[in-house]
Amino acid sequence: MKLSVSALNSYYGPAHILFDVDLEVGAGEVVALLGRNGAGKSTTFRSLVGLVAHREGKIVFEGHDISKAPTHAIGRAGLGYVPEERRIFTDLTVEENLEVGRQPARTGAPQWSREKLFALFPNLAEMRNRAGGRMSGGEQQMLTIARTLMGNPSLVLLDEPSEGLSPKIVEQMAHAILTMKKEGLSILLSEQNLHFARLISDRSYIIERGRICFSGTMADLDARPDIRDAHLAM
Amino acid sequence: MSFYVVQFLSGLASAAALFLVASGLSIIFGVTRIVNFAHGAFYMLGAYVAFSLTERLSGALGFWGGIVSAAVIVALIGVLVEMLLLRRIYRSPELFQLLATFGLTLMVEDLAVLIWGPDDLLGRRAPGLRGAFDFFGQAIPTYDVLLRVLGPVVLGALWLLFHRTRWGVLVRAATQDRDMVAALGVNQKWLFTSVFALGVFLAALGGALQIPRDAVNHTMDLRIIVDVFVVVVIGGLGSITGAFVAAVLVSELNAFGILIFPKISIILVFLVMAVVLIVRPWGLFGKPEAAARQTPGLAVQPWRPLSAQARLAFVGVLILAAALPLLGSNYALIVGAEIAIFVIFAVSLHFLMSVGGMASFGHAAYFGLGAYGVAFLAKLAGLPMVACLLLGPLLGLFGAIVFGWFAVQLSGVYFAMLTLAFAQIVWSIAFQWVDVTGGDNGILGVWPAALVATPARFYWLALAITALSVVVMRVLVFSPFGYALRATRDSGLRSEAVGINSKRIQWAAFVIAGTFAALAGALFAYLKGSVFPDNAGIALSVDSLVMVLLGGVETVSGAVVGAIVYKALSIWLVSYTELSKLVMGAVIVVLVVMFPKGIVGTFDGLIRSGKLSFFKRGSQRATQAEGAE
Repeated sequence: MKLSVSALNSYYGPAHILFDVDLEVGAGEVVALLGRNGAGKSTTFRSLVGLVAHREGKIVFEGHDISKAPTHAIGRAGLGYVPEERRIFTDLTVEENLEVGRQPARTGAPQWSREKLFALFPNLAEMRNRAGGRMSGGEQQMLTIARTLMGNPSLVLLDEPSEGLSPKIVEQMAHAILTMKKEGLSILLSEQNLHFARLISDRSYIIERGRICFSGTMADLDARPDIRDAHLAM
Repeated sequence: MSFYVVQFLSGLASAAALFLVASGLSIIFGVTRIVNFAHGAFYMLGAYVAFSLTERLSGALGFWGGIVSAAVIVALIGVLVEMLLLRRIYRSPELFQLLATFGLTLMVEDLAVLIWGPDDLLGRRAPGLRGAFDFFGQAIPTYDVLLRVLGPVVLGALWLLFHRTRWGVLVRAATQDRDMVAALGVNQKWLFTSVFALGVFLAALGGALQIPRDAVNHTMDLRIIVDVFVVVVIGGLGSITGAFVAAVLVSELNAFGILIFPKISIILVFLVMAVVLIVRPWGLFGKPEAAARQTPGLAVQPWRPLSAQARLAFVGVLILAAALPLLGSNYALIVGAEIAIFVIFAVSLHFLMSVGGMASFGHAAYFGLGAYGVAFLAKLAGLPMVACLLLGPLLGLFGAIVFGWFAVQLSGVYFAMLTLAFAQIVWSIAFQWVDVTGGDNGILGVWPAALVATPARFYWLALAITALSVVVMRVLVFSPFGYALRATRDSGLRSEAVGINSKRIQWAAFVIAGTFAALAGALFAYLKGSVFPDNAGIALSVDSLVMVLLGGVETVSGAVVGAIVYKALSIWLVSYTELSKLVMGAVIVVLVVMFPKGIVGTFDGLIRSGKLSFFKRGSQRATQAEGAE
């Protein structure tokens, strides 16, 4: 297993957010974490990369326990994180944003260069020197993914990559994620958009009120419309 | 005409040091979010170390090598400070960061006196740049030309550093979003350390370059830091270009202000700052800050009015205190009256800072205004004591109305810097306007009326006014006004949304706190029989902050306990050691790092947990608070 999480509990102050979350991502797999707004998807991701201060449980990434590791060490280990809010460095140009993400090549992970990423996201190639703050939402979404890929991660966490994007850009995004998968990257993505998730994912989990309540392949999920309607109704 | 040109050029030369220190402060703030009060101390250390090195090394190489080595050595000291102290307080409320770095400043001052002595030191002139050249009959020192060139050169070098190196790009990214930079695999520990080292290097270089121009002494740290605060408030904290433009602006205002208002040139700078703040509260080149962190912010327990028993206990303690004249000597009574006065002062700051969420670094301004108000009325107008005590504090009230209006437009570190600058203006006027205030000689012979002229009676008067003041402020905390003020402190947006005019509420709180501080100052004038500029000095402002911190920022009654303990300790300390600043600075640093909850807060924690496990609880709560950010 690339990543295996067991009994993850997270807290914001006195509030208990995640309850015994278990999940796994195999090498080269694309796994979707589905759930409504506020179900705990982003908190799960933030906990995995150490951005939630108070977390308990076991997180094993490529055989190493990273549940106590500081955020930067997790990033250095090859676990990339693409936040939902994108968090582009607005004062920095596109190229400078990519530079922040740059890390040395890693064995067993696909390698990315600036030029390769510009080929993956052609829109970015046309605005290399534009400030991050002066880009559209879709362009920022591409930049935040490209920035994380500059670190040559072996697994990326994509937090709602299709959120707030126009249908045309969503299509480009699906294409880009499939290209990433083809390169051999493992991906855990969170989604509310079942249609989008189905396009690209091998398996899925459903999270509701901080608890995992379903786990199976996309076909398994399609066979259980009751679960889909109970937890993902739009 | 040529005279004005020379004046202009001399202003540009002074701007160099100001820019070096201000840009260092800005760079450090940008990444670490700490306003490094100790920046003035590093500037001073740079000058002292450069003085020692250039005395020992000879020749041009020795001189310039000495200057640069001094900056490097001080930068290394800065690295130690960052690793040992700052790393422990990056997550603390900004008030604690300001206080800890201020404590450091106090320690450095005493250490500098220990090592280099208290007298002015005159450094070597720069080899090859000793002379002056003639400019239409006016002499311009050659060395100034170098400084004038240096400012833009450093500005350019910094620009290259931040835009053309990976390190610079990382620093700019971290300035905006530290967590994201960490998630991208960058270890920020060393990024922070290197940024701090660079900032300190610039400050120390600024100091080292001053030695051919100016005498080196142990007061240059506070002088520069106040100017630097003004510069960064005008230019915008975090902007290097802003620091440059504002440094030139402030230096030119000083250069020409001396021609226009020779005695109170600082007023001119103040006016410009006021205009900038009205038009652009975040400075000329700054960016609007995201909502500032809460000032107290550790883990506020809900405040409750005193229970009936606690009220009885309060009355009991008051009766005991009133019995002091039966037992104590005259000396004890004078000390007792002084402590009582400082209780008012500390409680008034607590009201502003803990209840209102506005940590003022210049609360002594209103104390000083109250003291001078009394002195003017008693000496110049010859009014009797009762009238003076009632009317004198009005000067503090007016001061708080004017300064408070500006100050409440800002929050967080900007608020702290602005209040400090205001206090420094009051101090400067008291110090420089000799005709009216007597300058450094103060105003003497402010004696109390015959009725309260004995130590015992004066003590009773002070105690009565103190008790009344404390009760009034406490009642205010639990009044509808107090609720509105605390709501504004805890969430400005939400309180605005329910219809509270938060700026007006904060302004009112500022005026109330200022008036009580002025009342304390008025009593103090009568206690001492005299007033001096130091009654509005930085040291006094910081004393009041330490009193509140020592008692416990988050408690309602901490300020009373803090004032009593601190004042008693410091009176005792000053009579036993020459190095009171060193000890005091160390006490502040230890308090901030190890006991951020203060005496009453710690005691509270002990009671609540029922055992000695409050450290554990404290750390647990701190992590929760982090998570909630």
